Amino acid sequence: MNHANEAARAAERVARESYGRLVAFLAARTRDVAGAEDALSEAFAAALRMWPSDGVPDNPDAWLLTVARRRQTDSIRRRQTRNAGEEHLTLMADELEAAAAEGDIIPDRRLALMFACAHPAIEKGMRAPLILQTILGMTAEEISAAFLIPPATMGQRLVRAKTRIRDAGIPFGVPEKEQLGERLHAVLDAIYAAYAKGWNEIGDVGVPEIADEAIWLGRLVVSLLPAEPEAKGMLALMLYAEARRNARRDADGAYVPLEQQDITLWDDSQIALAEQLLRQASAGGPTGRYQLEAAIQSAHTARRVTGAGNWDIVVQLYDHLLSLTRSPVVALNRAVAVAEVSGPQAALQAMAPLAADKRMLGYQPYWAARGHLLARTGNRADAAEAFRVAIGLTTDEAVRAYLQRQLSALHDA
Amino acid sequence: MRYMMLIHHDEAALAAAPQKELWADYAAFNEALGKAGLSGGERLQPSSAATTVRQEDGKTDVLDGPYADTKEQFAGYFFVDAPDLDGAIDWAKRCPSSKYGSIEIRPVVAAQGNRN
Repeated sequence: MNHANEAARAAERVARESYGRLVAFLAARTRDVAGAEDALSEAFAAALRMWPSDGVPDNPDAWLLTVARRRQTDSIRRRQTRNAGEEHLTLMADELEAAAAEGDIIPDRRLALMFACAHPAIEKGMRAPLILQTILGMTAEEISAAFLIPPATMGQRLVRAKTRIRDAGIPFGVPEKEQLGERLHAVLDAIYAAYAKGWNEIGDVGVPEIADEAIWLGRLVVSLLPAEPEAKGMLALMLYAEARRNARRDADGAYVPLEQQDITLWDDSQIALAEQLLRQASAGGPTGRYQLEAAIQSAHTARRVTGAGNWDIVVQLYDHLLSLTRSPVVALNRAVAVAEVSGPQAALQAMAPLAADKRMLGYQPYWAARGHLLARTGNRADAAEAFRVAIGLTTDEAVRAYLQRQLSALHDA
Repeated sequence: MRYMMLIHHDEAALAAAPQKELWADYAAFNEALGKAGLSGGERLQPSSAATTVRQEDGKTDVLDGPYADTKEQFAGYFFVDAPDLDGAIDWAKRCPSSKYGSIEIRPVVAAQGNRN
């Protein structure tokens, strides 16, 4: 990336930061998220167009507000002749006046807006897209590319969710202490879901940006709720994954499993930051799901220093995580770690109860792990069957090619 | 905001519940509603007493039974005034009926010019 691009990206960052703060401020006052976005959309588009080349103004919020108010006054004037009483536009204009009057101490209500977007009364799959749109000003088109939903459908569902926030009376605010943990998890889950989209769709143009945005949102939540260890745990988890981004594919684009990754391609600065966050979060021992998952990643990266993975600790952390989540995916990952400590036979035994779980039968990593473990025990026929099922369930080309190599290696052995 | 709380009971689960405790819980809940200045609701006869009427092309259909033959049946309602949905959810959690079925929370359409 050259300097001009970097400056443009920085300008875009400031524009998104300022935009999200103003949308959150307006939406929290009026409960009208769509109205707040409307009021600022033209000013935001102008900022995205002008700031990268003209430079960022001294007071970005004030710049956006001035442009937004000018556009608002124009449009009210225009509309009043045609269509008397565009209520929300007038309301937003008043709110913008009030915001401008508060000068550069506009309170940051982005956390409140995130809690509204991730409220349990909002459909789970729409929480991440809503946060990406309202806090970062991403368009339905940009979001739909990552979520593999047609842009028009994504647009409609976003509009419906915003109407629901207003009509159902979904609150804008940080929940009371007794509910904070559960509600914060919904916010973190939404951000992590956005990150996972950007992580999985590795080959698609434009999608990795979603991963960057998710990390940025993770930093935002940590800065706004510095006392919450799970927020730090989730940010650390994303950074550990991000640190390995360049090692996940070889020069030909082929999939490289974690154990075989070239550790010189891992990003040390991101790992260091993740370690620091995790240490702060788990001062009293890791407690939440994200801290435990980050701790597992931390144990994996220990290979950087010691040359060998810290599998004993990984298994212990998975034990803890499994008792917390009861998730079959966690049980599967635990079994894979067991193989490194006690051998493939023990791992297959640990995996046995999962065979009765219907969710696992259509889960590609289950069959791939089974194939690897069976191959290590020398049971080539069953291993080949498991690899074939895994190949049949794979949607990622690079992973499919990797599994096909594993399958043919069985025949050659 | 004003919310209507629609109670849907699993009638079998309700019948199997310890009746004395159930109605004591309900009495306490109604008292709490009253103390909060909220109107008590009304309890309906079971769905076996329901009749459903529909008019189509000038013809009237009268059916014995409820609108939909589902496990949970509409059983009563109450109203609450709450600052937001979380306030209404708290009242739904307090209502003993939420243990024997579900409570649907519906915002009431405000009179014109009186939003919020």
